[in-house]
Amino acid sequence: MHRQLSADISWSRVLDRGPALDVYHLTAHECRRLLTEGEASSEELTRLFLNRIAGADRQVQAFLHVAEEEALAQARVADAKSPEERRPWEGVPIALKDALCTKGMETTCGSRILKGYIPPYDGTVVRLLRDAGLVILGKLNMDEFAMGSSTENSAYQVTRNPWDLDRVPGGSSGGSAAAVAAAETPWSLGSDTGGSIRQPASLCGVVGMKPTYGAVSRWGLIAYASSLDQIGPLARTVQDAAALLSLIAVRDPLDQTSLGLPRPLRVPGIVQEGVSADALAGQERSASAVPTPAPDDPLSLKGIRFGYIKEYLGDICEPGVQRAFANNLETIESLGGTCVEVSLPSVKQAVAAYCIIAQAECSANLARFDGVRYGYRATDAADLLEMYTRTRGEGFGAEVKRRIVIGTYVLSSGHYDTHYTQAQRMRTVIIRDFQQAFSGVDLLMSPTSPTVAFRLGERMADPLAMYLSDLCTSPVNLAGLPGLSMPGGFADGLPVGLQIIGPHFSEQLMLDAAYAVEQALNVSVRPAPVAGGAVDGAAAADAEVTP
Amino acid sequence: MTSMPKSRSAGSPTVPEGWEAVMGFEIHVQLSTETKMFCSCPVSFGDQPNTNVCPLCLGYPGTLPAVNERVLEYATKIALALNCEIAPYTIFHRKNYFYPDLPKGYQISQHDLPLGMGGHLDVELEDGTVHRVGITRVHMEDDAAKLVHAGGVEGRIAGADYSMVDFNRSGTPLVEIVSEPDIFAPEQARAFLTQLRNLLEQLDVSDLNMEEGSLRCDANVSMHRPGTPFGIRTELKNMNSFRFLQRGLEAEIQRQADVLERGEEVVQETVHFDPSSGKVSVLRSKGEAHDYRYFPDPDLVPIQLDVAYVEKVRAALPELPAARKERYMRDFGLPAYDAGVLSANRWLALYFERVAGLVEDAKLSANWVMGDFSGYLNAAGLEVEDASIGPETLAELLQLLKEGTLSSKMAKDVFVLMVETGESAKTIVAERGMGQISDTATLEAMVAELVAAHPGPAEEFRQGREKVLGFFVGKIMKETKGQANPQLLNDLLRKALQP
Amino acid sequence: MISREEVEHMARLARLRLEETEVESLQDELSRVMEYVGCLRELDLAGVPVTVNAVNVSNIFRPDDEGPCLSREEVFANAPAVERGHFLVPRIG
Repeated sequence: MHRQLSADISWSRVLDRGPALDVYHLTAHECRRLLTEGEASSEELTRLFLNRIAGADRQVQAFLHVAEEEALAQARVADAKSPEERRPWEGVPIALKDALCTKGMETTCGSRILKGYIPPYDGTVVRLLRDAGLVILGKLNMDEFAMGSSTENSAYQVTRNPWDLDRVPGGSSGGSAAAVAAAETPWSLGSDTGGSIRQPASLCGVVGMKPTYGAVSRWGLIAYASSLDQIGPLARTVQDAAALLSLIAVRDPLDQTSLGLPRPLRVPGIVQEGVSADALAGQERSASAVPTPAPDDPLSLKGIRFGYIKEYLGDICEPGVQRAFANNLETIESLGGTCVEVSLPSVKQAVAAYCIIAQAECSANLARFDGVRYGYRATDAADLLEMYTRTRGEGFGAEVKRRIVIGTYVLSSGHYDTHYTQAQRMRTVIIRDFQQAFSGVDLLMSPTSPTVAFRLGERMADPLAMYLSDLCTSPVNLAGLPGLSMPGGFADGLPVGLQIIGPHFSEQLMLDAAYAVEQALNVSVRPAPVAGGAVDGAAAADAEVTP
Repeated sequence: MTSMPKSRSAGSPTVPEGWEAVMGFEIHVQLSTETKMFCSCPVSFGDQPNTNVCPLCLGYPGTLPAVNERVLEYATKIALALNCEIAPYTIFHRKNYFYPDLPKGYQISQHDLPLGMGGHLDVELEDGTVHRVGITRVHMEDDAAKLVHAGGVEGRIAGADYSMVDFNRSGTPLVEIVSEPDIFAPEQARAFLTQLRNLLEQLDVSDLNMEEGSLRCDANVSMHRPGTPFGIRTELKNMNSFRFLQRGLEAEIQRQADVLERGEEVVQETVHFDPSSGKVSVLRSKGEAHDYRYFPDPDLVPIQLDVAYVEKVRAALPELPAARKERYMRDFGLPAYDAGVLSANRWLALYFERVAGLVEDAKLSANWVMGDFSGYLNAAGLEVEDASIGPETLAELLQLLKEGTLSSKMAKDVFVLMVETGESAKTIVAERGMGQISDTATLEAMVAELVAAHPGPAEEFRQGREKVLGFFVGKIMKETKGQANPQLLNDLLRKALQP
Repeated sequence: MISREEVEHMARLARLRLEETEVESLQDELSRVMEYVGCLRELDLAGVPVTVNAVNVSNIFRPDDEGPCLSREEVFANAPAVERGHFLVPRIG
């Protein structure tokens, strides 16, 4: 039996609706509908989520900072506008991973070294969200500098998995995934360097997407590994994830590696003209102003070729994960998709290459935290060297120091070629393997994580085991490909994620496919057992998908 | 006994006999773009500290560099002017080290794929020979912030209580030029640097002000016996004038020679030259070798320059000193020395060409631009572009000289008056009645009157006493306050005194 | 096996003060990680080009146009120590 949150919020109290509706049904699209149809004000919705945070987050601990005043002020701005003036998503609440710089709002990246740091600028995605009128509820917990797969490396608090409070939510965007799973926010933004959106999405039973490298601007994302980092959405439905991605996927002159998406995104499963046009509203985001046409039947996968990655089958994954994945394949075939086995031999070495590249880049990216211009500074240092070494020694946590040392080692003289250059070559091999695979199939599939959510503390003593949490996800970052994790079922009452990987800039196809699978599986909006009306452990076990 | 190979330093008065001194240079040129290399803060000098800064050049988390296109253009100009091959594929690397003036903890520089490689500069030495200095590479990088040391001896790092950082300079674009170790005497070094600066001046890509740090030179110096391998080198840092640099090199060569003559070894270290004592001292030991851990900067994408781009930049290059000197000799018939002096400085060359074009006498214009005009600039401590006497103004004076209104002597006096009063040559000549009397009728009348008044001396001249002519010239000059055209006066007098 | 000296050298390069226990555990962990990534060393990848960034673009520039700077107040809002309009650091020597 899992230890669970108790109910402490009444949805019907706010909206005066029947008890059949609970907080979990308040997706971003539902929020938007309520606002558009005048059934709720932004302030009501914002208060609802703030109350939910006040109640549930005592146990989940997803939020590092709740921006109550700012959020309510923003909500009132939205409410003061006429429906015609209001932008499509104006007034809908959201929460952000604390790696995203928010002007005037504390941004710590989960680190002691940035305690109290208030950025003087907004990251590009934050600016886009503000421009779109979204209400920022606050900042979400994470592994320090996004280094970790459990959110236990935060300098501030340990976030719990809403499905089982004794288990981790995954990481590093654990706060982003847990907050969405616990319905403390309809959706959130995270960042993904080796699986940091997808793995927690998988462990918390929500949808999470890492876009193609370059689809979203990294300006204002505190860097872990620059060539791997991407910002992406977490949500309870594929539609919400698609809509959020469409808001942030913009080419940005401030990030010279950013390209935006080649065509505007269409939210799958929505045929109303107005909604498709919304995806285009306001922003010039691509050469082509028209999304790809919607499939004739959004619930069908006819004609789509799926490849399941051979190297991730068998004992690499837990039996429950294997079973859920097998069920997912059957669902896909039942929807008209074809599934074939595909081999990606290089993924075995991918985690090693990932380890070297990510750590090398982080060793340089984190050099700027030196106590000179912002952030923590050790006091009473006799000289500069002591100030540096103590500031960084005291300001960084154990995992961050470990990775900086590894990164420094692989770049240092005598080790560069054997480690770093070799890893960069391996990266080319991985890219070629994926290209080869995509010559035969449209999309690839695998479990997102080899295991369901593990127990708190279980992997803290073993850094290697922690790195292996990214086994199925980090090759995707190395190749710069888009990857999506969606709820694929349950094992032992805990969510199991299905990962879909596509070629560069195939986000639309991936989201269309994920939508069809989601509708067939019907697990996405199944609530995490943290609030009124939620399933308990037994019910969750019943919810395991049967073919 | 075999004879020792000849030292390439032989002939230099400042390299001890029996030794060969080897010098190579790393020159940093601050580019005079509007904005910094990777952000849109203005590039400026002398503003209030920490006012031209943004999150990027303060190294704030989450910021990303965006390459300024003009930096690439300027750097390509420099590389082409130094005859480098432009790399078809070039990338930025991170150079990692900690220092308070380095906000990101790394410098964005170029490593094994620099913009330009394999160039050279032909340096004309004092004896007229041409010495080719290889240019190893030309690359782009961002500048560090400025440190001010406080407490202790103000301005010096040693003994300071604390230091203060001004990030205005942080992120200013730099081009680093690295030379081959092709320089064997301090005099050669100075010629190389002077001519390099002249060349850069033509390109109009930098202020090139050593005092303000927009041109910075570091020298690597080593000594060895001719025919033996290079010695251990030291680095002479950051001199703020070419004169000090030459003196610093001389002092360091002497110091190394002394060390080696004693049978000791030179230590690889950085040395500092103190112009007031004329001595070099060790700045800091490179005891703990740096490990910069260069790796490609993943925030920046590669630069791939096609032939069309390179040729476009090349076509827009101004005429460089060597080519200009050739043209002055060929088209204007100037001697090599004059052509060299006038072509070395871009502004002087432009000035000269304008004057010569107006006066239509290149030799006369060259003499004046190099002579009185340059003398006036030196005396007033002015740059050509700041001179109050513009090329049109000088040309007006030279016209008066050329058509005989002024003698050479008078023109020099008028020039001095032009400088003093700011008046034009014509105004001065008119107001002060300084015009030379070249009017034949006026002078003829004066001469006739004079000869008639002095029949005695006139008779003497007719008898063959040539020097009596001087008596008459003197009288007329006195009467005309020296303004009579001497040649015309001579002719008229001889005619009038003929038997 | 990574030596203790190597760990200490890396910590020096990275300006990290490590506690005695941290040095020991890092020596062990670094050794294990390096052993794990050692599988790469054995691969013959000669002739395979390196990948720095998986998205294949080049020649992205920005125009040389001036933009806004931070105000003095913003510049020093997060500064640990300020002196006469400068960021102050302890003595360097």
